[in-house]
Amino acid sequence: MLGIGILLGFHLLGMVLQHALSLPLPANVLGLLLFVISLFAGWIRLEWVEVSANFLLRHMMLFFIPIIVASQLFFPLMKEQWLTIGVSWLGSTLIALFVTGWATKSWTEGKKETDE
Amino acid sequence: MSDWKQSLFGEPLFAIAVTVLIYLGAQALHARWRWLHPLLAASVGVMLLLAALDVPYEAYAVGGRWIEFWLGPATVAIGVPLYKHAAYIRRQLPAILGGIAVGTMSAMASAGALVWLLGGTKELMLTMMPKSATAPISIEVVRQLGGQPELGAVLTVLTGLLGSMIGPKLLRMAGFGDPFSLGAAIGTSSHGIGTARLLRESELAGGISGFSMGAAGILTSLYAVPLYMWAL
Repeated sequence: MLGIGILLGFHLLGMVLQHALSLPLPANVLGLLLFVISLFAGWIRLEWVEVSANFLLRHMMLFFIPIIVASQLFFPLMKEQWLTIGVSWLGSTLIALFVTGWATKSWTEGKKETDE
Repeated sequence: MSDWKQSLFGEPLFAIAVTVLIYLGAQALHARWRWLHPLLAASVGVMLLLAALDVPYEAYAVGGRWIEFWLGPATVAIGVPLYKHAAYIRRQLPAILGGIAVGTMSAMASAGALVWLLGGTKELMLTMMPKSATAPISIEVVRQLGGQPELGAVLTVLTGLLGSMIGPKLLRMAGFGDPFSLGAAIGTSSHGIGTARLLRESELAGGISGFSMGAAGILTSLYAVPLYMWAL
């Protein structure tokens, strides 16, 4: 429970920061940033959070189910422009996957060569 | 619908119990048939059950919000694999960051260009461009650009689902299966949904994916700045 408490605390901290400074980043990403900083700074010890964090991460897909279920409300709207939406959805996802994978891969290898 | 059914389906417990049980069932199916994506199977399962029992979406959403809520602390929890593999990640940081920067640009440009090529409206173009970013960021960017935030949210979720379903396999086939390329590509293109899938396979790739999701989200809001001028 300590781990859950810590994770909720950082999520809350992220939300406080977002509201107080009206930052353009979501509370969970801000909470993640603060949490990583705290781990590196040694303010939070890994063993306090590891079990809870691994549990949440292992079942993260569960938390997306209600959001996907909600998408059915938009099926009629999407039907009107299904071809444009479908092509752009499929095409840009494939392009993003391969461009990122290819760029990361080529720069990773480039770095190895200079290391050797 | 009779009164007792209406009050039963409106209870948060109904949606929570049904979602968790169907999720467990989908995991069991996935263990047997690897190609069956557990998130897609579970979501379709819930939708079919709601339709069969004639439960209005609004009633399901009461309990659904309780489940969705845990996405917040779960995203914070990505800090754990990130921290554990920090030494590895740091060594390849320029490659990962470079990949995310180029990949985020390609995601936005290609989404916009394809809508334009097929004669879509400017509003649809702006709604589709940020869809690879994590949902809270993409929704905000769509809103600021003057697109349709609700449609943007749905497209963002469906993009994550697509990348999570086909991404790891395609990337491995193309020779980008090392944890750095795989993590950066999945996190950049399919945010938290892709990351959730990778975390089940590899802690290192999942941690990199979580990092890439955050960086790609921040970059998406930065890349959108010149778009504001054009959109207005």
